[in-house]
Amino acid sequence: MTESTLSAVSADVGQVAGAGFDPLLPGLILLLPLVGFAVNGGLALVAGSRSATAVREGREEAHRSDRRALTHTLPTWVGPGVMLAAFLLTAVNFIGMLGVELTEPVIRSYWTWMATGALSVEAAIQLDQLSLVMMMVITGVGFLIHVFSVGYMKEDPGYPRYFAYLNLFVFFMLTLVMGANFPMMFVGWEGVGLCSYLLIGFWFRDREKADAGKKAFIVNRVGDFGLLVAMFILFAVFGTLDYQAIFGAAPDTLVYGGATVTAVTLFLLLGAAGKSAQVPLYVWLPDAMAGPTPVSALIHAATMVTAGVYLVARSSVLFAMAPVGAAAVATVGAVTALFAATIALKQYDIKKVLAYSTVSQLGFMFMGVGVGAYAAGVFHLMTHAFFKALLFLGAGAVIHSMHHALHATHKDWDAQDMRNMGGLRRFMPVTWITMWVATLAIAGIWPFAGFFSKDEIIWYVGTSAPASALYTVLWGMAIATALLTAFYMTRMMVMTFHGPNRTGDTEAKHLHEAPLNMTVPLGILAVLSVFGGWINVPGSVRDSFFGGFGLLPMSDWLDRWLEPLTATAYQIRVDQLGAYASTSPVGGGHVLWGAIATGLALAVVIIGARAVGGREIRPAVDSPEPRGFGKVLHDKWYVDELYDRIIVRPLESLSRACWRWIDQVLIDGTVNAVGSLARGFGWFGSLVQTGQLNTYAFILTLGALVVLGVLIL
Amino acid sequence: MLVEALVLSAILFVIGTLGVLVRRNAIIMFLCIELQLNAVNLSFVAFSRYLGIEGQIFVFFVMTVAAAEAAVGLAIIISIFRHYESVNVENFNLLKW
Amino acid sequence: MADILFFVFAAMAIGGGFGVVLQKNPVGSLLFMVGTLASVAGIYVLLDAHFLAAIQVMVYAGAIMVLFLFVIMLLNLGHDYRDDIKSGLGLFMAFAVSGAIAGLLARQLRGAGDNPLLANFPGPEGMERLLAEEGAIGAIARPLFTDYVVAFELTGILLLVALVGAVAIAKQRV
Repeated sequence: MTESTLSAVSADVGQVAGAGFDPLLPGLILLLPLVGFAVNGGLALVAGSRSATAVREGREEAHRSDRRALTHTLPTWVGPGVMLAAFLLTAVNFIGMLGVELTEPVIRSYWTWMATGALSVEAAIQLDQLSLVMMMVITGVGFLIHVFSVGYMKEDPGYPRYFAYLNLFVFFMLTLVMGANFPMMFVGWEGVGLCSYLLIGFWFRDREKADAGKKAFIVNRVGDFGLLVAMFILFAVFGTLDYQAIFGAAPDTLVYGGATVTAVTLFLLLGAAGKSAQVPLYVWLPDAMAGPTPVSALIHAATMVTAGVYLVARSSVLFAMAPVGAAAVATVGAVTALFAATIALKQYDIKKVLAYSTVSQLGFMFMGVGVGAYAAGVFHLMTHAFFKALLFLGAGAVIHSMHHALHATHKDWDAQDMRNMGGLRRFMPVTWITMWVATLAIAGIWPFAGFFSKDEIIWYVGTSAPASALYTVLWGMAIATALLTAFYMTRMMVMTFHGPNRTGDTEAKHLHEAPLNMTVPLGILAVLSVFGGWINVPGSVRDSFFGGFGLLPMSDWLDRWLEPLTATAYQIRVDQLGAYASTSPVGGGHVLWGAIATGLALAVVIIGARAVGGREIRPAVDSPEPRGFGKVLHDKWYVDELYDRIIVRPLESLSRACWRWIDQVLIDGTVNAVGSLARGFGWFGSLVQTGQLNTYAFILTLGALVVLGVLIL
Repeated sequence: MLVEALVLSAILFVIGTLGVLVRRNAIIMFLCIELQLNAVNLSFVAFSRYLGIEGQIFVFFVMTVAAAEAAVGLAIIISIFRHYESVNVENFNLLKW
Repeated sequence: MADILFFVFAAMAIGGGFGVVLQKNPVGSLLFMVGTLASVAGIYVLLDAHFLAAIQVMVYAGAIMVLFLFVIMLLNLGHDYRDDIKSGLGLFMAFAVSGAIAGLLARQLRGAGDNPLLANFPGPEGMERLLAEEGAIGAIARPLFTDYVVAFELTGILLLVALVGAVAIAKQRV
């Protein structure tokens, strides 16, 4: 369906609100990745059947020459191409929206998706400040990651399939953030889960990787259950699932702090925790690192895992009305942040460090939206997308280089283990510098992006009303997490890029900087990691050193940009709980704490760099097993083992019992008994079947006699 | 005369049944089946006298079928006899799976 | 007169029937059968079914029975009839079942003359008038070639199939 017919449909059923803002082809933004998926998917099918034929005919050389075939050159242009087009379209819409005061979202309804009984769901997309910010991040960062992928995945036989999945993912992610009602969002929600599964298990020949995909999918099911239940309750209460209708009616329909809204928010939290890898459902994300590294950057750092944050921010009105639900969000976020940060301290796999770091940062976002600082949560979501994508892509470049180096001498070492790296800065200067930028950003050091977003969240947690012991504790946890973050990121950087090289001399000759199509995205993301934070400098620090002494043309820009969406929630919160404090729990204003935070973080980075750099690190094969508390952290607090013990194994036992007793004994037994019964009757009947005409005639007559008797008597 | 004809029909039918059951010779069994058919035909004709010509037409069809049956049945008997040199039905027990 | 003739024919038919069953020699059985068929044909005449009586004699007693006779003679039967009639349990069972059928039929026919259904039967006048108008053949031919023509043609096909089948079965060596 072309855009013109889509608009024709929308002219009938869609309502175009918003004075002066007419979005440019919003449906096309959604369709472009889908087109990319269709094209790349078709190419993947062709390539797949072709290589299958080659394998059948025993041509080893086939996939080598295949790389120059159309199936491997076209995705290079189609995959990132559709993303660039979608990004440009989004940017045009974004700029268009900048110029107008949009109080009501623009909703484009294309057709009635389902109408059953009281439920009527439109296939509608919603453009507002929140969805546009998300779309900018998804298409922008997504485009850069697509470009990076060209360099990273070029050698892979599944290249077209990879881009097909990646495009499909972007389509579903855009559906998630653009949907104008809960079912539309749910389609995207499940779709990104599917793509996540497909991409984690992209190298499905490896049993472990395929299992990681399954784990992600299954753990997410738990969260999806919560989301579904929340949707059911919302429908039961409001009779509709449209955002506008629900959030518009919620303040009047629901009782503040009532059981209904609390239940809804807790179930939404369960859904969000599943998708965003929060305690207790975070376990899938570290395993998800089995996928290609750009996938980790796009799905498991920048976009999909932030869907939970988006969900809470989108449902801000509901969370504002449920103080228990909001506090639960904040608590879950804080616990997750601290917990994941401690695990990250002792990981050696570079991607595992980043994975736990992501979990931890997602915890920060949850803290932000949990204390009602929705803009701050979304702000951190955005800056995190920049620097975490950068970190993952940088790690990808490192792994790419390490892989080549180890492959050159067929060394049987883990290309992702940081103990095998060391001193890479000489070989990969661009990656080194850009990753340091990202590290400083995530550590929260001024003037990098993370400083503004993370410290804004910490500030809001500390000053959150009501000023209770809970929030003070959470505030302390947040600060501790921030410092831990600074340390483990420094540790990762030092182990990877500094000190002596540990790959071995022959291998070191093969270490090289990544090609241009990989370093350019790194550079762009590095720039964003530096300046991305400046769009939302808080008004309270604008005139200080941190805001450039008032030289900045704007402050609180994102807060004000998102105000039409968060104003209601904010108002409810202030009315019920009182305004946010102007000082932290232990006193001190925003500027002071900004200075303390960045100073502490800087100190941790410097001390950490010295401490880690001063230690002798040996390659993984020579390293001793971690001992004591370090081992507990290295083994991730044994949470996987715990889950295995209390959930997986009992479930397996139950399944086995079902199999052995219910299936094999009861069901199979019944079926077999029926079969045996039929056999028995057959055997009994075969006694009558003598083959003797006499007997047959006799029985025939007997039968006639019986019929006659029945008829007459 | 109707009731008397029906009684005769019943007697002939029972005789035919008895014959089928007591004889072992396939041809005689066959003959007895013909006897049963005739008994039924007699009933048809008897009723037909009072209720209309259709009964006789039915008898006409029964005779045709009996003729066809006799042709096929005797062909089978010949065929069996070639194999077993006998028409004693107790000698053939292949009519089973 | 008709009643006397009926009972004579009936006695002959029943006697012939027993002869068929009891006569050990197949040829003898066959001859008794011919007699029975002829007696029944006589009863047909008494029941105003002249045409059927005619084909009963010509087709049944004439053609079909001769076919049986051919087969018996062809196979040279008639010598192994020593154990032709069952004895013991088989005989008892046969009599039991036949007796049960006979009992059922007797129960049904006893007092049939007083059956109220018969009171509503029209008399034989209708059939006699039909025969007077159409003749014995016309009476049966008219419905046969009008109302029942499809069934009639189908019996023609049936006979053809039986003919071909009989040839095919009897021809092949098993």
